[in-house]
Amino acid sequence: MLSRLVALPVLVALGVAACGSHAPGADDAEGGPTGALTVLAAASLRDAFERLRGVFEDEHPGVTVTFAFAGSSTLAQQVLAGAPADVLATASTPTMALVGDLADEPVVVARNTLEIVVPVDNPAGITSLADLADPGVTLALCAPEVPCGAAAADAFAAAGITPTPDTYEKDVTAALTRAVLGEVDAALVYRTDVLAAGESVRGIPLPDDVRSSTDYPVAVLTEAPNPDAARAFVALVRSAQGRQVLTEAGFEVP
Amino acid sequence: MTRTRPPVRPRPAEHRAGPRVPLVLALPAAAAVLVLLLPLVALVSRAPWSGAGTVLAAPEVGQALWLSLRCATAATLLSLVLGVPLAWVLARADLPGTGVLRALVTLPVVLPPVVGGVALLMLLGRRGLLGAHLDAWFGVTVPFTTVAVVLAETFVALPFLVLSVEGTLRAAPRGADEAAAVLGADRWYTFRRVTLPRVAPGVVAGAVLCFARALGEFGATVTFAGSFPGTTRTMPLAIQEAMERDPDAAVALSLLLVALSLVALVALHGRWAGRVLG
Repeated sequence: MLSRLVALPVLVALGVAACGSHAPGADDAEGGPTGALTVLAAASLRDAFERLRGVFEDEHPGVTVTFAFAGSSTLAQQVLAGAPADVLATASTPTMALVGDLADEPVVVARNTLEIVVPVDNPAGITSLADLADPGVTLALCAPEVPCGAAAADAFAAAGITPTPDTYEKDVTAALTRAVLGEVDAALVYRTDVLAAGESVRGIPLPDDVRSSTDYPVAVLTEAPNPDAARAFVALVRSAQGRQVLTEAGFEVP
Repeated sequence: MTRTRPPVRPRPAEHRAGPRVPLVLALPAAAAVLVLLLPLVALVSRAPWSGAGTVLAAPEVGQALWLSLRCATAATLLSLVLGVPLAWVLARADLPGTGVLRALVTLPVVLPPVVGGVALLMLLGRRGLLGAHLDAWFGVTVPFTTVAVVLAETFVALPFLVLSVEGTLRAAPRGADEAAAVLGADRWYTFRRVTLPRVAPGVVAGAVLCFARALGEFGATVTFAGSFPGTTRTMPLAIQEAMERDPDAAVALSLLLVALSLVALVALHGRWAGRVLG
């Protein structure tokens, strides 16, 4: 009786799972990886990784790449919850550490620096970090759980300033969007985000003594459905071409 | 297993109540119950009972809960003031294009709430259609304020109240209204003293539904109002935030919200049952 009651939902669940499943990473005739590759990456890596997608798919025509960009802590929770992903790239080493043994030997591939971003007309006349302590300034910060929020907290601590934020955003691109839309007078985001946003915003670099940066580790996941393609992708990110793309996006490459 | 038995052996009381449920309906129905209840069972099973006290006693929790209750109450009151008259117009006014109007004003029921948040931002954001003028003329900006939360919740929850009240109005016979009109009462007096008391149960049911929906609002709120403790971070936003920091806390907060929603639902059904039995 029980088995009959349970059978249907299980079948439905399997059907749903099959919709999102990967073809196994069997090698094709030329010996390269094939199938689907799922990369979970920090929101700030979007532009760089999107550019690497074309390079990767040219090199490995049998592989279809899917990116999921989000806040690093969200991604870490997804991996812990068993998301069928192959590669994890986070915007800080502590968020990578959240997944523990599920990440196979993460390597730092890039470094990003925090900047103040203001709408291009700079309505509040922001010039320095100290201006962000003014309660009259509308300020968006990343939530303290995500790397850009942690980096912002470090910068304010180093400068001895207590900011008065109006909203905590779930990832760095959400904070950037607030500035792009002109809803806030300022936000603290990464240098790469300011570059990617183009004409609609302006970046104000922080002075060297409060400069806050974060490292980007990348790892193949131990439960990756397609480990061959995952290793190939991480190799591309670490290659000369990958480093060049990251540098052009505004990252420092170790 | 030797032989399959029917999944449910009908007890005498059930047998008297109606015909046996055919297997072809019973199995999907049982599956539907599992689909709806298993996640909640899992939530309860993962509840950090020992640590729940510490989690729920944290000041941020009280703050988020209090903010949620205040905002959902304000959104419900606003919905009552605006929604009951709209329901009356849709049910009784016999205006041309009522069908189109109903479809448009109930669109938020089927719209993803985040779309509502984006739309509100385009209207009332600092550079929005109205928001730019509010900022320029009065120095008022709506996003990132508690008012923004109430507006977002009202946008999403108001149609639930309108649909519920309109349904009750349509079901209520018009005889008494017409009698009042014949006796010389004007339409406002008739609405206030005759129509409204008769549809009161529908209004209460709509208000409870509206409150529950407002209490659970996430997408429109986070998009339009942002997330800041004490100002805009309601319970659903606090749960999402906790999920990234401390999943146990997220489970405890979720159960608190489940309990609150259950209270609203029981209140609704009590009222409904009272109406049916009375």
